[in-house]
Amino acid sequence: MFAEIEQYFRTNRLPHIWCPGCSNGIIVKSIVEAIQKAGLDQDKTVIVSGIGCSSRATGYLNFDTLHTTHGRAIAFATGVKVANPELNVFVITGDGDCTSIGGNHFIHAARRNIDLNVILFNNNIYGMTGGQYSPMSPTGAKGTTAPYGNIERPFDICNLAIGAGATYVARGNSFHTHQLTDIIHAGIANKGFSFVEALAACPIYYGRKNKQGSAADMLKWQKDHCLSKEAADRLPLEKKEGKILTGVLHNVSAPEYTEQYDKIISRFKEANSNA
Amino acid sequence: MSSAVEQPPIQINLAWCKGCGICYTLCPTKVLGADELGKVTLTQPKKCTKCKICENHCPDFAISVSGGKKS
Ligand SMILES: Cc1ncc(C[n+]2csc(CCOP(=O)(O)OP(=O)(O)O)c2C)c(N)n1
Ligand code: SF4
Ligand code: SF4
Ligand code: SF4
Repeated sequence: MFAEIEQYFRTNRLPHIWCPGCSNGIIVKSIVEAIQKAGLDQDKTVIVSGIGCSSRATGYLNFDTLHTTHGRAIAFATGVKVANPELNVFVITGDGDCTSIGGNHFIHAARRNIDLNVILFNNNIYGMTGGQYSPMSPTGAKGTTAPYGNIERPFDICNLAIGAGATYVARGNSFHTHQLTDIIHAGIANKGFSFVEALAACPIYYGRKNKQGSAADMLKWQKDHCLSKEAADRLPLEKKEGKILTGVLHNVSAPEYTEQYDKIISRFKEANSNA
Repeated sequence: MSSAVEQPPIQINLAWCKGCGICYTLCPTKVLGADELGKVTLTQPKKCTKCKICENHCPDFAISVSGGKKS
């Protein structure tokens, strides 16, 4: 029921600007449901976004929100978290925003293990600017800047996050909405850098250029091509070939950045009071 | 209003519906249909199993289904 989560939306700003069938709204709903499930204080929760279709989400969410500049959402979020570590800080970002122009901020926030919840809306393309290929476009996929098919290899962004030091990494999609809510919820519980890749569907640019059919067809594609890691662990190799693994991929503990920073501050306070 | 008449469990906010087709394509029991603009209509409300597939996948928050499983 929308009524149960309505308090988290700026309903006077709805309907949103996203195209018919764009899955961004589905993913936003999962984020909000995860926040509600975790019982986070709405006044102590900040949502930061960059620039892109997905990043427009902050305009519709009834929290303290920051709609920042392209690629810099994680940098702004780092500032918010360091200034007041009590806040729950979320980042909403697109595949271009996070992995292209914002790639450096992303890997270093993961390396620092700063307590942010980053949700990447991966629609495999630059939606807002009209369908240019991104570092997450599959090899062979078409974009306005790849009319003959993309010759590059995409990032495996979850593996990149793990390699860079993120302590919680998960992947979900816009068809399996309960799973998406659950993995975002589990990421909130992690004290450190939590990263969720949410497979999104852009029926207008990615879908049309790559003959993916209707918005409903794109969701069905996700249903048929995603396999939860738990299920995959029990299946023979041939049954998982070509599947995209979803669920929690990595969860470890490591010192969190703002806690380490606080320790330094306390040390100096102690030294001063002893002097 | 008589309590004996069962209200359909589905509430639709047509002002927010963009006619994307997701709900009526995914609805397993064909409860939902489309008008000439492609916006959602209730065609066979009695067949609704309250599975909430429509509610969960409407990107525009335009459908709510009361009762049934917790979404
Ligand atoms: C510094 C800067 N460079 C380029 C742009 C143009 N621009 C706006 S959105 C965008 C990419 C959007 O793609 P993505 O982050 O994947 O989000 P989506 O729109 O697909 O959700 C670009 C390149 C910009 N706004 N600012
Ligand atoms: S261009 Fe694509 S990503 Fe952007 S709002 Fe439209 S469908 Fe969504
Ligand atoms: S899924 Fe939502 S926006 Fe799309 S047709 Fe159904 S009610 Fe309308
Ligand atoms: S709840 Fe299920 S059965 Fe009822 S209208 Fe929605 S999709 Fe159809």
